[in-house]
Parts: sequence; C-alpha cells; structure tokens
Amino acid sequence: MIHATPLTGYLLVAAVLFAIGLAGALTRRNAILVLIGIELMLNAANLNLVAFWRYGPHPEALTGMMFAVFSIAVAAAEAAVGLGLVIAIYRHASTADLDEINRMKG
Amino acid sequence: MNAIFWILAAITVAGGLAAVTLKNTVHCALALTAAFAGLALMFLELDAQFAGFAQILVYIGAVAILVVFAILLTRGAEQTEGVFSRTWLIGLAIAAAVFAVLAWAVLHSAAALPDAVGLPGPAPAVTVAEIGNALMGRYVLPLEIVALLLTAAMIGAVLVALHEKGEPPR
Repeated sequence: MIHATPLTGYLLVAAVLFAIGLAGALTRRNAILVLIGIELMLNAANLNLVAFWRYGPHPEALTGMMFAVFSIAVAAAEAAVGLGLVIAIYRHASTADLDEINRMKG
Repeated sequence: MNAIFWILAAITVAGGLAAVTLKNTVHCALALTAAFAGLALMFLELDAQFAGFAQILVYIGAVAILVVFAILLTRGAEQTEGVFSRTWLIGLAIAAAVFAVLAWAVLHSAAALPDAVGLPGPAPAVTVAEIGNALMGRYVLPLEIVALLLTAAMIGAVLVALHEKGEPPR
C-alpha cells in the first residue's frame, strides 16, 4: 500500500541523492570527486533528519534539527581532513587518480 | 506536495547528478554548490531556518570553497583518459541496488509512519534564542565535543597537508 505524503517525497529525494553520491564515490577516478560524492551522501542523511523532525509528532523538541546541525559540523571537519589528505597524496604520488594509487608502500 | 517542493527537488537532484557526472572538475564543484543551495532551500521550506542558514554558511561558504581550492592545488592531475574508474559498472550496480532498497523501504513503510504524516501541523516557532538555550543546556556536551573535534580536525588537516620533510615545496 503506497501513500504519497510530503514526508515520502522528501525521503525519496534523500534516497535519490544518497544513491547519486554513492555512485559518484564508487565510480569516479579523481579523489576529490569521490569526496564530493561522500558529501552528497551526508547531505542526504541530513535531509532525512530534518524531514523526520518536521513531520514527526514533536517538532517543538528540536531533536532532529539539532542532530542535523551537529552532523553539518562533523561533515565540515571531515571535508577539511579529507581534502588535506588528497593534497598530501597528490604531493606524494603526483596524481589524484585513484586507479593509479594502488600501493600502500610509499 | 506543492510546486516549490518539486522545483527544489529538481534543482537538488540535477545539481547532484551533474556534480558526479561532469568531466571538468571545476564544473563539478559548481554543480555541487547548486545541490547544496537546493538542500538549504529545502531545509528552509521544512521550517528549519537555523539548519538552512547553517547549511548555506558551512557548505556553500566553506566546503565548496575548500573543494575548489583542492581542485586548483591538484591541477596537474587532469586525466587524459576517462573520468570513470575501470570498475564503474560494479559501482553503478551497487548504487542502483542501494537506491532500490531505500526506495522500496520508503514507499512501503509509509503506512507505519505516525498519523501526523500528510497533515503537517503548524510550523514550530523555533527562535534562535531557543536553539541557543538548548545548545547551552541539554546539548552542551555534544557542543563541547564538536568544538574539540573541529579544533583537532583543523590542526590535523594543516599537519597532513604540510610539505613532507626533505622535499622542496612545489
């Protein structure tokens, strides 16, 4: 039985965005594009949190929105460290192509 | 579901799709910014003003700029061959399977969701003062942990991206 509610719409958009991010993270060669895919997945999760908060029984409790705000802060830290790692790998291997970075030994 | 939702959903999904499929990495970063903007507007439409403006400040203001800087710093890494990995078919299959499972779960669990769904109540009047009180009261421990995490991440990112020892700066 399928009900088309506004919440379903938001959850479907989040699912589409998550799948796009996952596809990007799994198929792109450039390490930065992989990070972009991961950011899209994190954002899809945030959209789920905010949508459940808005359409849940107690929107005045702020819980879901707080979770999303903290998640945004953690994602910012992740982006900074991830891009720093990409730059370090580029400096070491002179490439950001993940198909060529296949050794763990420097 | 109104027209605004569909417009925002189209912007967000199109931006995300362009961000992972375009050939030029700078164009990818711009498309990513469009997707972030669409998501921020969706947060605003969901009456989560604080989260929406935090999204604009953090993602459009900081993360997108950081991505552009990283692209410029790794400029020599321009690919000559295709932009997709050799195993792209497997990755695409995994992503499609994950989406199928997620969509199936969303569409079939709607009946089990609370009764409020479909008839959203009046917009919760959340003021910034309330959010500040909550951050300093109930959520003070997570706030401190996030502050520590951000400090550690900033120092860590700088250390990781520093020049290696004995190597001339490039």
